[in-house]
Amino acid sequence: MSALLEMRSITKTFPGVKALDEVNLTVKEGEIHALVGENGAGKSTLMKVLSGVYPAGSYDGEIHYDGQLAEFGDIADSERRGIIIIHQELALVPLLSIAENLFLGNELTKGGIIDWQGTFKRTEELLKKVGLSEAPTTLVDKLGVGKQQLVEIAKALSKEVRLLILDEPTAALSEADSQALLNLMLELKSHGVTSIIISHKLNEVRRVADSVTVIRDGTTVSTMDAKTQPITEDAIVRDMVGRDMAHRYPDRERRAGDMLLEVTDWNVWHSEHVERQVIKNAAFNVRAGEVVGIAGLMGSGRTELAMSLFGRSYGRNISGSVAIKGQPADVSSVPKAIDAGLAYVTEDRKSLGLILEETIQRNITLANLPGVSSGGILNENEETEVSEKYRNAMNIRTPSVFQKVMNLSGGNQQKVVLSKWLFAQPDVLILDEPTRGIDVGAKFEIYGIINDLSAQGKGVLMISSEMPELLGMCDRIYVMNEGALVGELTAEEASQERIMSLIVTE
Amino acid sequence: MAMAETTDMETETKGIGEYLKAHLREYGLLFALIAIMAFFQIVTGGTLLRAVNITNLLLQNSYIIIMALGMLVVIVSGNIDLSVGSVMGFIGALAAVMIVNYEINTYLTILVCLVCGTLIGAAQGYWVAYWKIPSFIVTLAGMLVFRGLSLWLLEGQSVGPFPKEFQVLANGFVPDLFPASIGESLAPIFDARKVNVLALCTGLVAAFVIVWMGMRKRARNRAYGIVDEPRSFFIARNAIVGLALIFIMFKLSTFRGLPNVLITMGVLTIIYAFITEKTTLGRRIYALGGNEKAAKLSGIKTERLTFLSFANMGLLAAAAGLVFAARLNTATPKAGFALELDVIAAVFIGGASMSGGVGKIVGAVVGAFLMGVLNNGMSIMGIGIDYQQMIKGLVLLAAVIFDVYNKSKQG
Repeated sequence: MSALLEMRSITKTFPGVKALDEVNLTVKEGEIHALVGENGAGKSTLMKVLSGVYPAGSYDGEIHYDGQLAEFGDIADSERRGIIIIHQELALVPLLSIAENLFLGNELTKGGIIDWQGTFKRTEELLKKVGLSEAPTTLVDKLGVGKQQLVEIAKALSKEVRLLILDEPTAALSEADSQALLNLMLELKSHGVTSIIISHKLNEVRRVADSVTVIRDGTTVSTMDAKTQPITEDAIVRDMVGRDMAHRYPDRERRAGDMLLEVTDWNVWHSEHVERQVIKNAAFNVRAGEVVGIAGLMGSGRTELAMSLFGRSYGRNISGSVAIKGQPADVSSVPKAIDAGLAYVTEDRKSLGLILEETIQRNITLANLPGVSSGGILNENEETEVSEKYRNAMNIRTPSVFQKVMNLSGGNQQKVVLSKWLFAQPDVLILDEPTRGIDVGAKFEIYGIINDLSAQGKGVLMISSEMPELLGMCDRIYVMNEGALVGELTAEEASQERIMSLIVTE
Repeated sequence: MAMAETTDMETETKGIGEYLKAHLREYGLLFALIAIMAFFQIVTGGTLLRAVNITNLLLQNSYIIIMALGMLVVIVSGNIDLSVGSVMGFIGALAAVMIVNYEINTYLTILVCLVCGTLIGAAQGYWVAYWKIPSFIVTLAGMLVFRGLSLWLLEGQSVGPFPKEFQVLANGFVPDLFPASIGESLAPIFDARKVNVLALCTGLVAAFVIVWMGMRKRARNRAYGIVDEPRSFFIARNAIVGLALIFIMFKLSTFRGLPNVLITMGVLTIIYAFITEKTTLGRRIYALGGNEKAAKLSGIKTERLTFLSFANMGLLAAAAGLVFAARLNTATPKAGFALELDVIAAVFIGGASMSGGVGKIVGAVVGAFLMGVLNNGMSIMGIGIDYQQMIKGLVLLAAVIFDVYNKSKQG
């Protein structure tokens, strides 16, 4: 078998970050090739380079496709050559029919007028190929996520795909839907379609993949071929993790004090898909001075857990009990949750955490305006003093607190969000991906702030996709999978392998 | 991230040019108003700034300014209210029917009308805030409903005239509190027939207060090391604003003194400027408009604020309706027709952003004046309504393009 795709020494840098460093990937004609690695390892970036989202010239290295050097200027370029990528977030228009979606931007026409008969006939053929029995006129909105995924694949087939790239296709699917999808991949393989599958579910990888490439920290770690040696989950996990962790985290003294936050029987249903239970019987606790981690893959329900807890900001039919400092606490609205002593630092600081057009000062005081006012009238001098205090304490790098937050770097923006919540004087801080999109130096500073907080006796609940970060920072780690807390590890017990194995053994 | 760090630092080095660039909008608005006034003053041969015309100008635009205060709050919080013209007309009609047809006590009627307006605003706000129905739709419906209601209430007729105590709402003047002898002795100095000392004093006091507050703020800024307005700009701006105020008040004092409406407008403007800039309530409204989700996650009761902003708009629309009816001395089914557009235009000319979170009370008031001067000046010149509409439209477009261009340049 010859190679359909060869990516040679691909290097891609963003300002301040080297996302890919001399990555090599060889995909043979007619195989299913799995690409695995931790969140942030560079898989998606690599696929964006391949599909032309990052056009030729914006990266170093060469892509050889179908025997020739390929330089794609945009996605349309790569699609024309039969490279089709299906993203985790599906790109379907919910209120259009299946047929309309399949041929969107590519409509079958007769003299400029849509040929509906032809469209429906082709749609039926394509749906049959992917094993869907829905009518072509069904609105995509009415389909479950699994079927929508199949529609995406049918769309790819309509474009005469040669290399199909699936980015975590089963992440949001039920077991049965996942099996159907994997079977379809094998079926397509038998018809000569080459695929790349990005997945965290190693059992699935082992089942369908002919070869596996592991990426870690933007470099290729290994490539395994099922023909020469059997692919084991252990081998993959070993290659995915295992990096030098020394000195990336400041030392911290571990001391767990009194119980601060105790959550039991926490159940949450999806905001829109009412029948889907997002959080299942979650129970956990945080003690004073503790940093407790929640590990889990994207989509496992970590953010949903945090937001539902913080004033029911997510989900519906929420049930369960919350106790803070041993007393039952009412956290049914955000103001009540703040009064009860909770703070939630969002993972999406730009759209949920900050008012970008406003000044640093106005962002810092927002969650505790009574703290800088009397009788509803703001004391601007006091406001400035408070924000100056946090600017110094957090080392927010800015000429003045009257700068718009928009003009700050990611790390400094995150410090503003943290300042806002510290000024609200919480007992327990829930930090959702506190170091996402932040450079290494600022990360270290944020870790230092977290340690200071726990030294002051605050409880910290830390959600992170970066396992080394959890291992480096936390006293205890809960492992979350598909909405349930499936394990609890102490700092001594915890390792990336242990966490991974708790996640992958469902 | 190294790049981002340098931009953090770059803002430190700011000269006068940089400062002007960052605040071009505020100065632009002020200069535009001055330029337009100067233009019409010359073209109309001095008619624009005659005492009687200034009085007229204030009376003509009072209801637009009153509504612009509420509209600014609505727009800053990220919504829009298209119903204000109709609500204003409806309240005028209600007042006329109550006072003229049913001979109900004037003051009771005023109270009922204000409550009724608040309820109308609250009803619309309810759907916007708690049901998340776009404000454009809800208030478009309100615009039709209340237009229809005023037609029904008035049975298609004009109802009037109002008793004296109602008319003074719009056409009355504050009597000179100082002895007439002072005014008479002052008159020859200014070469005027008479001088209203109260008006003159009010102008002097207002100018003094504005300059004093500006200096206080400047001192505070200096203490906290904020990049500050260059001294020359500060002096020029305050001199222009202060002298303009004194000049206008002087002109008014040589005519009939302070119109009641001017007092109402002035007090309301101060109250709303205070609420929006100095209170937690105001701060929360800006936060709501700036990023609703972030505001909500910071513990701000966003629904309640949206609801209140509409209730407040209803109250001010009712107040405007009363002033309008009193001024015309009759309620007509056409009252307030398409006036919501003038109000909204004033707010946007004043620098508010369609997406919410940005805009100032003073800006909205100046925006309304700018529109008012345009209307008044063009009418004096005898320019037809056709050209007037076109010119007003282009001014609005230019103001907003200026905003967007300015913003894109700041990056």
